[in-house]
Amino acid sequence: MGLTNKSTGAVVLESELRIERTCPDDKVIALAGNPNVGKSTVFNSLTGLNQHTGNWPGKTVTNAQGKYRHEGRNFIMVDLPGTYSLMANSVEEEIARDFICFGAPDATIVVSDSTCLERNLNLVLQTLEITNKVVVCVNLIDEAKRKKINIDFKGLSKHLGVPVIPTNARSKKGLDKLMDAVYDITNNHKAAKPIQITYDDTIEQAIKMLQAKVRELVGDKIDSRWTALKLLDGDAALIKSLNEYLGFNLMDDNVLQRLLKTAKKHLSDNGIKPDQLRDKIVSRLVHIAEDISSNTVTFENSGYNNTDRKIDSVLTSRIFGIPIMLALLGLVFWLTITGANYPSQMIATFLFRIEDLLTGFFEGAGAPSWVHGLLVTGIYRTLAWVVSVMLPPMAIFFPMFTLLEDLGYLPRVAFNLDNFFKKACAHGKQALTMCMGFGCNAAGIIGCRIIDSPRERLIATITNNFVPCNGRFAPPSKGQTCSVFCAFWH
Amino acid sequence: MNNYIPLNFLPLGKKGKVRTLTSIGSIRRRMLDLGLISETVVEALQKSPSGDPTAYNIRGATIALRSEEASKVLVEVN
Repeated sequence: MGLTNKSTGAVVLESELRIERTCPDDKVIALAGNPNVGKSTVFNSLTGLNQHTGNWPGKTVTNAQGKYRHEGRNFIMVDLPGTYSLMANSVEEEIARDFICFGAPDATIVVSDSTCLERNLNLVLQTLEITNKVVVCVNLIDEAKRKKINIDFKGLSKHLGVPVIPTNARSKKGLDKLMDAVYDITNNHKAAKPIQITYDDTIEQAIKMLQAKVRELVGDKIDSRWTALKLLDGDAALIKSLNEYLGFNLMDDNVLQRLLKTAKKHLSDNGIKPDQLRDKIVSRLVHIAEDISSNTVTFENSGYNNTDRKIDSVLTSRIFGIPIMLALLGLVFWLTITGANYPSQMIATFLFRIEDLLTGFFEGAGAPSWVHGLLVTGIYRTLAWVVSVMLPPMAIFFPMFTLLEDLGYLPRVAFNLDNFFKKACAHGKQALTMCMGFGCNAAGIIGCRIIDSPRERLIATITNNFVPCNGRFAPPSKGQTCSVFCAFWH
Repeated sequence: MNNYIPLNFLPLGKKGKVRTLTSIGSIRRRMLDLGLISETVVEALQKSPSGDPTAYNIRGATIALRSEEASKVLVEVN
């Protein structure tokens, strides 16, 4: 039995995003988190190969869904785009917020980085304003241990009012407990009472003016306090999604309209202009995050990142920065190109021996020469060339590139090169996607999503095509066919 | 604005306290998301080899800002 989005209430996202439940008991889990906190590792470790990807309806942002089973129940996990906030400053944030608000997930996991928890708490707090069905997953605890950062997880859970689970997703540490916590939340075993975020008196008074009426109109469908705050904030895109979700236009209600007018006047009378409200809201969240963090996180070694800084000052120094970078990237290329020759040769020898066998077989069977030409010298030989030329360099290049990423060197490359890219109206991060493009243009172009500014992202997407992928810079004798192949493929 | 300087003039190794953001719109919101609100202490860590983006320590995270972005954050140096 398949339940459509309509029957589960997710009408805002109905157009294409389909969450297929195999039975009504299946629970939908949203996975949110800042970029680079190991969110994908959590997602992959829990769902394994049970995933499928697509795009968010009408958006060029990847949507991944996966399934896992725990305690005899199916959980469908929806991987939201990595964001720092839910204030809808970008398409990614809008998607994440809309799904948490209107996608009716049975629980939301917010993955955060234990090595800079304070910053990550911003997203946690914003999520808690929308829903109380939240599990906070504090990831990368091994890294925090290495940096001698101590986190009082129990205290953190008490402050936030929701379960907090420490994990190290890469080594699967804590994932069982995470699944248990999600199970409990979706079962309503534990009614969570999340932290109440209170603002200035003036803002609070304005919220109070609206809240009762909003609750009367929206019922339990959505948090009335949060809705009131967002109405004051006047975020047009959100109000549009909200109206679609509710199925009626909230602002059609005359009483609410009048109340909103009075509340907004109350704000401006007390010195909070419309553009200052957002600042006040954000500042408040940052202050709360600061308070919670100072109560629960202790740095055993106050200069915990001194070593990192010393390394940084060499890697990005005026004298050594660029030479070290060229040497490292040069080494990767040299290893890829020369290293790939050996396996490439072996694969080629092997595959072309099979071609000889095939030719022998076709001749023996008396097949017409055009059949042999089409199947053997056409299809088989091209395939053999492509595999022998392209597979080995990819198998060497990508693991090495991943190693540089894990060492954290890649952001330094972007940092070193940003000024040059800026002169071309592009962004330093494009250097990384171009490097990826040497392995495979498709990967290089998908990687462009790491660039925040839409204009710079578009430039990167278009120009990364011109990076010669390893099929195109392969040895000329075999390379020629492959360049043609690549040109078609891209 | 007596002691306030734009963040991009903060010397390396020095700390400054955020006083005002002069940017507007999406850049302002991004700055706020980074935690650059009033009273936040920011330390200039490192300049890129060509001198432009500068890495800052903002609330425990190392973040690189271009000079035109940093110039719209006014800080007070003690």
